[in-house]
Amino acid sequence: MTTAELLGQDPAWLVAVKAVLVFAICVVSTLMAVWTERRVLAKMQQRTGPNRVGPFGLLQSLSDGVKLALKEDIIPAAADKVVFIAAPIIAAAMCFMSFAVIPMTGVVTLFGRETALQLTDLPVGVLYILAVTSIGVYGVVLAGWSSGSTYPLLGGLRSSAQVISYEVAMGLSLVAVFIYAGSMSTSDIINSQHEHIWNAVILFPSFVIYVISMVGETNRAPFDLAEAEGELVGGFHTEYSSLKFALFFLAEYVNIVAVSALATTLFLGGYHAPPGLGFTEAWLGGWFTIVWFFLKVNIFFFIFMWLRASLPRLRYDQFMKFGWKVLIPASLLWIMIVASLRVIQQNGASRSVALSFALGIVLIVMAISSFYEKSQKQARRPLPAGEAPDFPVPSLPGVSSFSASTRTHTSMETAGENNE
Amino acid sequence: MSNSLEPKKSGAAKDVNDVSFVEVEQPGPAPLGKQALGFWVTFKTMFKKNLTVQYPDVKAPTEPRFHGRHQLNRHPDGLEKCIGCELCAWACPADAIYVEGGDNTPGNQVSPGERHGAVYQINYLRCIFCGLCVEACPTRALTMTNEYELADQSREKLIFEKQDLLAPLRAGMVMPPHPMYPGMDENNYYRGEVKSADPSQGEIVGESK
Repeated sequence: MTTAELLGQDPAWLVAVKAVLVFAICVVSTLMAVWTERRVLAKMQQRTGPNRVGPFGLLQSLSDGVKLALKEDIIPAAADKVVFIAAPIIAAAMCFMSFAVIPMTGVVTLFGRETALQLTDLPVGVLYILAVTSIGVYGVVLAGWSSGSTYPLLGGLRSSAQVISYEVAMGLSLVAVFIYAGSMSTSDIINSQHEHIWNAVILFPSFVIYVISMVGETNRAPFDLAEAEGELVGGFHTEYSSLKFALFFLAEYVNIVAVSALATTLFLGGYHAPPGLGFTEAWLGGWFTIVWFFLKVNIFFFIFMWLRASLPRLRYDQFMKFGWKVLIPASLLWIMIVASLRVIQQNGASRSVALSFALGIVLIVMAISSFYEKSQKQARRPLPAGEAPDFPVPSLPGVSSFSASTRTHTSMETAGENNE
Repeated sequence: MSNSLEPKKSGAAKDVNDVSFVEVEQPGPAPLGKQALGFWVTFKTMFKKNLTVQYPDVKAPTEPRFHGRHQLNRHPDGLEKCIGCELCAWACPADAIYVEGGDNTPGNQVSPGERHGAVYQINYLRCIFCGLCVEACPTRALTMTNEYELADQSREKLIFEKQDLLAPLRAGMVMPPHPMYPGMDENNYYRGEVKSADPSQGEIVGESK
């Protein structure tokens, strides 16, 4: 019985229970994520981090949430009120929705019924996630626009441009997974990894591209240009306060957990135990698989924190260049290779044919990169000699410098003569 | 000679644009392995000892020369060292000190010699803890302690009066006003020849009656 059939047997009350459960998991994991991030980041900077509220400061994010909810809610006079209120709701709701198709456990018994901790299993589950996160971008754009202020507008434009460009690379990196699994359903992708090997191993380039683009997609350091404090204050949520700000905050962290969960599902075998530890999946009536799932999600979350602690923020143009000129072409090329290898395999070609094809690809890539380096060296030759411009500029190689001081002095002298 | 300012014309002055262009060898980006070392730094730091001081719970001692709250010192017999000269107030760049001198009379001898500080105020909202007042003090009356917890709720509370700044009476001292040590004048006090109070000066702190 497939997961889709299993979930199809769920009665309505069980679906409702699972929906509440998924929502609770998202909120609690956000609270824990905020605390974990602050503590780990502090440790990486030789600090202690929050340690006052509750044991080890565990309740810090909860008290922060209560504080945010009790703060004064300000709607700027220049804001478009309806859109201003709708934007954070859109942003937060869409992040929660993407969690609906993520399988968190294998087959488990919940209130006496056989089911899996996954709200629904769509045949196009991963596409659904991409679609829902794209709608989440509306929250950001509308928040920036409706604030009626400059910085939020710029920040909203920036982060939406960023999310959209990195979604392209993200979507392309997923294509290789679809080709290999032969399905877009999350549970089918997990099963295909369970039968063979984790996609992170065989589709390593896809995995790397996905991990980079998921950081770009969630507006996180080093790609947190939308919140570049020195340039844009707070980005799109500058004008937001109280619960509406809390919703954006929640959306950001649920989004991080969601992309990490998707990465776990697509590349690290989902809720299944790592190879060699398969016997643990029978423990606790299958509920032990949720431990593996969250362990893997936390690995990705740790990567998020590690990046934030280690890397400085990118410049905007470099960031866009990296997305469009490196990640997207690289993933396009990789998809072509994967697709060709897949076709070769399916047509029953021998292993040596496939190997020689792969080797040929490697040779071509090496040749292209060496040509590229050569052209880079040529581009660094000095500029041709030319005439000096008519305004003061720092001297360039081959350009005779222009002296602003001599000209001003002569004009002053002539003026003096005229007076006498 | 004209009165107008003329630009300085010396041979050494050079225009920025006259400096010739010299291409500097750019090292370019470091190899990937070297760049990844940054990740090792942050990871390694996680297992190091924290530098955070849990301040209200743990009060780390300051350096001995830390500039904290001021203190008005006493002579070993309990008489105040301050003579009300106002040199500290004059030295203060932030105008935080206010002093009024008063005459020592036979019935009211607060410090050795003729004068004492009758009113002494330091406004800690103005004080910048530079220590110039301590340098100006001719009798070593004013020094600084290491006490740094000076925050308070109102402006009035942060203007410290003489009784807030005076050093506590130690064992062997007598609460002023009281006469000078028998047979000694202020010069003996300044030379440090008065080692402790004499029973004729008054009731000595820390001694049984």
